[in-house]
Amino acid sequence: MTKANARTPFWDRTAFGLTGALIVLLLGGLFLPQWLSFFTNALYLSIVALGMALLMRTGLVSFGQGLYFCLGAYAAGTLDHFWKVSDLLVALIAGGLLAALVAAILGLLLAKYRDIFFAMLSLAFSMILYGLLVKTSELGSTDGFGLSVRTFAGIALGGPRTRYAIFAVAAVLAFACAVFMHRYFNSHLGRLATAIRDNELRVEYMGESVRRVIHLNYVISAALAGIGGVLMASAIGHVDPETTANWTISGEFVFITILGGTGSVFAPFFGATIFEAVRTYAVAHFPNTWQMGLGIVMLLVMIFLPGGLWSAFRTRRAA
Amino acid sequence: MNQLPAVIIDGILYASWMFIIAVGLTLVYGVMKILNVAHGSLYALGAYTACKFVAYWLGAGHAPMSSYGALLLAAIVVGLVAGLAIERGLLQFMYGREEIVLVLVTYALFLILEDASKLMFGVDSLNVPQPSELLGNLQLGRLVYPVYNVLLVAVAIVVGLGLTLVINRTRQGKILRAVIHDREISMAMGVNVSRVYMVTFTVGATLAALGGALTAPTTSVQLGIGADVIVLTFATVVIGGLGSLGGAALGALIVGLVRSAAVHYAPEVELFSIYVVMALVLIIRPKGLFAAPEARKI
Repeated sequence: MTKANARTPFWDRTAFGLTGALIVLLLGGLFLPQWLSFFTNALYLSIVALGMALLMRTGLVSFGQGLYFCLGAYAAGTLDHFWKVSDLLVALIAGGLLAALVAAILGLLLAKYRDIFFAMLSLAFSMILYGLLVKTSELGSTDGFGLSVRTFAGIALGGPRTRYAIFAVAAVLAFACAVFMHRYFNSHLGRLATAIRDNELRVEYMGESVRRVIHLNYVISAALAGIGGVLMASAIGHVDPETTANWTISGEFVFITILGGTGSVFAPFFGATIFEAVRTYAVAHFPNTWQMGLGIVMLLVMIFLPGGLWSAFRTRRAA
Repeated sequence: MNQLPAVIIDGILYASWMFIIAVGLTLVYGVMKILNVAHGSLYALGAYTACKFVAYWLGAGHAPMSSYGALLLAAIVVGLVAGLAIERGLLQFMYGREEIVLVLVTYALFLILEDASKLMFGVDSLNVPQPSELLGNLQLGRLVYPVYNVLLVAVAIVVGLGLTLVINRTRQGKILRAVIHDREISMAMGVNVSRVYMVTFTVGATLAALGGALTAPTTSVQLGIGADVIVLTFATVVIGGLGSLGGAALGALIVGLVRSAAVHYAPEVELFSIYVVMALVLIIRPKGLFAAPEARKI
């Protein structure tokens, strides 16, 4: 007998772990200011990767998640740059909603696609946005433009406080997304995702709509990518097409998700932190070989640890 | 001013270039069901190697005309070395996995090869305009084209016809078609499928490198050309239909004409017009314009 999921306690081991991690992060950030940007980057990548993990649990790999990352980033950018709205909370809501809305429309089409066709169509959509932005001089074409964050929900930020505030918002949001995803993974709908990956036909026979589940998961993953994009733009203070919408960025998201795995909500965090560590360290020391290192690690993980690096730490539990 | 002739000629020139690259990708997909992301890196390796070979060859004082041999040699060397190494060293252990897993594997390869080319050829851009300059220009009315670019059309036609003949008219081609049709039955009938795959991938890699080598004299070879080319190639083969030679030709022609029309009439839509076509084709005919109805097994 498996446990009925309604019986899953709200505050289980994973949620405790996440809470602990959040507290450690928030306190650590106070005492180690030089690590703030590192962890902010790792956190926004994690949020995007959480969404990618949800898609991969459904059996889908998107090579165009940069589309939503870019929409989030440009939403934050245009709010500040053109409408003089420099509030992080407003940007997060706008970016997340914009990404979800676009995904709701594109998802109508994408929900019919699987495997490489899903990858190709999502790639095409993101490259359309990339091509548009590169040629839009009002948005700075290939150079993009700068932005700054001045308030959060009306509370004025400024000076060194801004960096900690963005970091703290990223940490709390990542925590909230992870708890939500953990709940979602273990809910009825969430379990349908892995069922769809294993055998779509059976899911249909059981009376569930595969397309509806895929569509919903696609919208959720897009909203997370949009939120990640807003955080990235706010933390870096600059947006441009090359580092948001181009397919190589979508490829990095794929890499992070494969590296971490999709078995637990911790896995994307793990993958993103390793990726960010390699990127920070290796760009300085091995500018011409770090991608090669990533490629080799990715191959090794796919061959020897198909469940991602996180699966190596998990003790095998009875299913 | 009537721009139509220029649009058509530019489109055909661009299409020939695109076809030479795309045909290798579609061949590998058609036979092995591998959508090879690293195809772009092989293209870049071919371009870099061609630059080095030609520079060395001309530096050694050989006749400039023979630099075309150096271009070809570069493509063959890259195709044989990288193609065989990738197929024997990695891909042969991956057959039978899901198509999307193979995309991820070749994406990892792409990351590796991008840095491999930085290590081997440095990060500076390279130029070898000599083979292109040698042939001068061709005057067509008021339009002027480098003869070299026109020559690429001939190369594309030779490659396309050559592959079609080999696949449809030779014994090896018949074996290849059998493997495409049903891998397991061909195996049971005594076809060495592993060798067919090895040869196919090497030919595909050589075609990617050939595309790169032939492009080298017309542009400056720099970092990131592999990443740019691979998405265009994906668009081309997806539009025509993955795994179809005729599809690659049609896709290349559409991409070429769309791009040159955009360049002449509305430069601001140049880049994304191609992806709009790609998305539209995927939405309306997911298997591409040229795809034959698939025979269902069981």
